[in-house]
Amino acid sequence: MLRPSDERNSTILAYILRRFAILILSLLIAAVVLFVLLRLLPGDPANALLSVGADQQQIEAAREQVGSNLPLWEQFLRFVGSLARFDLGTSFVSGKPVIEEIAARLTVTVPLALMGFALAVAIAVPLGILSAVKAHRWYGAAISTVSQLGIAIPVFWVGILLVTVFAVNLRLFPSGGYPRRGWQNEGQVLYALALPVLTIGLVMAASLIRYIRSATQDVLGSNYLRTARALGASFSQALIRHGIRNGAVPIVSILGIELATTLLGAVVVERVFALPGLGSMLLLAIEQRDYPNVQGVLFISTLLVLLIGFAADLFQRLIDPRLRERATGAAT
Amino acid sequence: MTGNTIDSGELSRLSRKGRRSILASAALALLLSTSTAALAQDANFDPDASVVIGSLYEPQNLDNTAGAGQGINEAFNGNVYEALFTLTDAGDVAPGLVAEQTVSEDGLTYTFKLRPNVTFHSGDPLTAQDVKHSIERVVAPDSKSSRKKSLATISEIQTPDDQTVVVKLSARSISLPYNLSYVWIVNDAAKDLNAGEDGTGPYRLDEWRRGSSLALTRNDKYWGTAPTNGEVVFQYFTDATALNNALLTGAVDVITSVQSPDSIAQFKDNPDFTVTAGQSTTKELLAFNDRVEPFNNVKVRKAIARAIDDKKLLESIWGEYGTLIGSFVPPTDPWYVDLTAVDAYDVESAKALLKEAGFADGFSFKLDTPNYDPHPIVAQFLQSELAKVGIKVEINVITANEWYTKVYKAHDFQATLQEHVNHRDIVFYGNPDFYWGYNNPEVVDLIKASEAAANTDEQTAKLTEANRIIAEDAASNWLYLYPQIVVSSSAVTGYPLNGLNSQFFAYNIKKSGN
Repeated sequence: MLRPSDERNSTILAYILRRFAILILSLLIAAVVLFVLLRLLPGDPANALLSVGADQQQIEAAREQVGSNLPLWEQFLRFVGSLARFDLGTSFVSGKPVIEEIAARLTVTVPLALMGFALAVAIAVPLGILSAVKAHRWYGAAISTVSQLGIAIPVFWVGILLVTVFAVNLRLFPSGGYPRRGWQNEGQVLYALALPVLTIGLVMAASLIRYIRSATQDVLGSNYLRTARALGASFSQALIRHGIRNGAVPIVSILGIELATTLLGAVVVERVFALPGLGSMLLLAIEQRDYPNVQGVLFISTLLVLLIGFAADLFQRLIDPRLRERATGAAT
Repeated sequence: MTGNTIDSGELSRLSRKGRRSILASAALALLLSTSTAALAQDANFDPDASVVIGSLYEPQNLDNTAGAGQGINEAFNGNVYEALFTLTDAGDVAPGLVAEQTVSEDGLTYTFKLRPNVTFHSGDPLTAQDVKHSIERVVAPDSKSSRKKSLATISEIQTPDDQTVVVKLSARSISLPYNLSYVWIVNDAAKDLNAGEDGTGPYRLDEWRRGSSLALTRNDKYWGTAPTNGEVVFQYFTDATALNNALLTGAVDVITSVQSPDSIAQFKDNPDFTVTAGQSTTKELLAFNDRVEPFNNVKVRKAIARAIDDKKLLESIWGEYGTLIGSFVPPTDPWYVDLTAVDAYDVESAKALLKEAGFADGFSFKLDTPNYDPHPIVAQFLQSELAKVGIKVEINVITANEWYTKVYKAHDFQATLQEHVNHRDIVFYGNPDFYWGYNNPEVVDLIKASEAAANTDEQTAKLTEANRIIAEDAASNWLYLYPQIVVSSSAVTGYPLNGLNSQFFAYNIKKSGN
């Protein structure tokens, strides 16, 4: 017979395995959907290589080079075949391996998303808790109102506003662009990312505040908190010992979704600030019908989103024993 | 995507040949007036300055025979790579790496003596072998160069010694020097030209950060006059507003080609910036499919041309900038003549012509409209103009990529809007298989004969004649010529103004040191 701790470990392991299998399956489905959707778009990727004046021979040569002259099923087999070898292929347009360019672009997008996310959490957690605890004070109400407003404003508009104020008028930060030597010069990168990070941070904080506020209100009205208070704990003791851990459970899954959204939403911010990230790569690739690049970016984004969801789930189970038991029940 | 590109040129470094048109002199006057204004700054320029050039046209790769797009001409032509000849900013063909040229009596053999003591950035000397290799690269089967076809008459390239290249032709080709201005001279030992370079130009590639910037540093071993700056960085943007903001905040020094007329106002009356308007070669075109009803009827085409107030259209899009054109030929082409009077705006005669053609009650057609500026706006304008003569326009918005598949390749359209950026591209009207399907044997012959001309005067006469005929035939409807607007910080001067082939020669740019 297993000792309780062994049993607990094995159920977690089973859960991880099962969750991992789902992850792989989702990736496969995503790959098929991507392939099909892209081919539904009108246009030919060979066109990106040609210009007005190209003759029939050049057109055929370009089609052969990008493989758009092959039947669809053959293109699909090639695509799946290379995916199985962890090969995302070669860009039709630049002739470079897709993975190489994605790796370069990730050095922009990942820090941008993470810093924006961290800033949003840093703003939203204290303000969210404050607005819940002091819901009846004027500033509690004010925080809620401002966060409602923040949700209504589109992200590109915030970016343009920040550029107008902090770059064009005050000249405090650059209006866009990215240092050409990248992270070899951290100071310059941080300087270039200041406004984009602020944009993401503010917009994301606005929606996070609401979640944190309502999660905190749930906790405040809960029986266990009242019981803890009745047993003699002070309000702050009770909140820290029981409230935060309980309140964190739904917040973690929200944070996971928000982080994934930020990664994908970076498309807009990158365009406003002319940053060479994953989003601008995707936009350009779609314009040019550069299928390998589009597939590569979307595939990697899907992977990142699934991984973040996976991590958030796992983390939730670590902090909440009730969910662990549910996992056990499902696994057996 | 739009067009193939054509080289244009550098100003002060190379000699100019005779000018053939009044407009070229007008362009010169424009150049002179701006350069005088710039003189005051020249005294204290920084010879090692880093000049940041903001552009919307990032190349897709670094090889102009591999479908790199117009951005590569902007960054590399004349800066990193040189050619045997150079198309100057005024539209003339001047010698580049050629020191001496002789042409045989029958016009079929060109002998080029190369400039001595020219070396590639890698250190290898320039030899006749490199030139042969470079031309063969452009005409190779897998080449995607837009100039490939125009070099098809080359039958053989000989290299009797290291400094001499002999080009044999199967037929006379008066444009050979011009066409060779598109052929980068690359080191025949160079490996990866998609991501690297080995040219002879005044700059070498320092670093290309895809999606962001392309940096060139001065080549200190350059054979010619040294650049007046130390480094040039092309900074790429996808959004015109972001690019304008970068100039406003000093992050870039100059914008190569402003495409959003609304943004000019914020720079125009500000002494910190200079706005210059040159002559582009980009023509906004209402192209009919001349093969199909009712556009196979010349009267219908002429009626449409007369029904549209081009002047009002140009003003509503570009304000005071831009030029009206009466045909496909821009003022910087030697065979330009003012044809704006042919089928000028006249609604009554448009109606009369439609009646003669049997469309007294008008008709309707579908206009395939690319989804980017200015085409959708132009389409709406045409819709309201043509409604006045009873023609109903159905606007069908498509992407650039679809345009290429549907219109350019499949000829599956009635009428379309497109901008044609090429210099000297009237030759397209001599190709009945071109997308617009204009087929006038007289024009086909003239264009063919012009290429076989014995001298440039004869070539110019023939193409001028062809130009008049296509205008009289209203082969397409040429709405207007884009202005070429460059905006810079007032601290920089000396950049090219016309940018004929999207070229942006950087070596004369001076930036005042603070």
